[in-house]
Amino acid sequence: MKSLIDIRDLTTGEIDELLTTALDIIAHPDRYARKCCGKKLATLFFEPSTRTRLSFEAAMYELGGSVLGFSEAQSSSAAKGESVADTVRVVSYFADIIAMRHPKEGAPLVASMRATVPVINAGDGGHNHPTQTLTDLLTIWREKGRFENLTIGLCGDLKFGRTVHSLIAAMSRYAGVKFVLISPDELRLPGYIQTDIMERNGIPYEETTDLAATMPALDVLYMTRVQRERFFNEADYVRLKDSYVLTPAKLETAREDLCIMHPLPRVNEISVAVDDDPRAAYFRQVLNGKYIRMALILKLLEVD
Amino acid sequence: MVIDAISNGIVLDHIRAGLSLELYNILGLDSLQCSVALLRNVSSRKMGRKDIIKIDEIIDLNFDVLGYVDPGITVNIVRDGKLDRKFRVELPERVENVIRCKNPRCITSTEQELPHIFKLTDKENRIYRCIYCETRAKGRA
Repeated sequence: MKSLIDIRDLTTGEIDELLTTALDIIAHPDRYARKCCGKKLATLFFEPSTRTRLSFEAAMYELGGSVLGFSEAQSSSAAKGESVADTVRVVSYFADIIAMRHPKEGAPLVASMRATVPVINAGDGGHNHPTQTLTDLLTIWREKGRFENLTIGLCGDLKFGRTVHSLIAAMSRYAGVKFVLISPDELRLPGYIQTDIMERNGIPYEETTDLAATMPALDVLYMTRVQRERFFNEADYVRLKDSYVLTPAKLETAREDLCIMHPLPRVNEISVAVDDDPRAAYFRQVLNGKYIRMALILKLLEVD
Repeated sequence: MVIDAISNGIVLDHIRAGLSLELYNILGLDSLQCSVALLRNVSSRKMGRKDIIKIDEIIDLNFDVLGYVDPGITVNIVRDGKLDRKFRVELPERVENVIRCKNPRCITSTEQELPHIFKLTDKENRIYRCIYCETRAKGRA
């Protein structure tokens, strides 16, 4: 495996291997503290991000490596019109591995075709975000102890929510998984994910606009933010942004062992009053992101 | 109407009626110096109506393009007045610079030099998707 562009690039065995490594890192962080000494990670972020970029950087530092890069397109040569292909060719001379976020869909794939070092897709527009998916998988594993026989509610922006698309692709591999797709009509899941992933694999799913009605059936509730940056029209964003707000009252019918996840940042789709509920896993999810990225960096750099 | 038989050339037969002009343009046949005949709405027992293209020279053809536009096309290569090879084109696994991605969020929308590559993701329904953003190409009936 040279690069990670799409979660579907990984076999189930490779995902298991990454999860196993991440769990070992959590148990024995000291064993990994110098694994990447002398190695450099380039974080090429053409779009603003706090969490993902800092998570990658923290992951590399905790492996003993170092980090270089930029955090917005304006401070890179892209502002001068340089192509993605040229940028990564240059960066390949300076770094051992690249993590790239880009607003255009497919940019990290282009990068992986041209770079001579591994490229990790750290999010390409509304398309894919495989390391968030690995984060989500580690979180589900740690919170639920299994991947099989789970009913997963996906709520909010399912149209542009790349984390949702990748999570469906990954979880569709496991037996007994069922999805409940909760969104306003305008933000429904793209048809190709339903046909190419869920229907082709015989995965049961239902679409609804009613979060409250489906709440009692859920093992996992994955909330998402309606993302202002994905709308060409501000009026549409304003109309849809508050479609779903999770509050303690809405959780009254939920299972005792429900796992509430969110890729963060949240705006107001989860009330802060939910944060103290032990079922709220979204801050633990952030920490899991650092561990799984450590495991991924080790695997792509082929460090034992 | 009579079109002379060719002695060295290519006959594209069983083209779905109405597609020959599109193929002529996509294949760039207008740039050839040799004779090229387009026959439209020819009677066919099998198809009812069909189009035929006759090219009076053996040239390099992009069979992927033919397969993408119409996988029912039969290619006949004629040498010295005899049928040298006859085969049916297939739906290609991928096509390059035949379809353009229309997704404004795709990297191809801003990086003009990138080839527009589509891959076949559903053979049964002839669905092609952009390799970069997975947007579906407008299908052919």
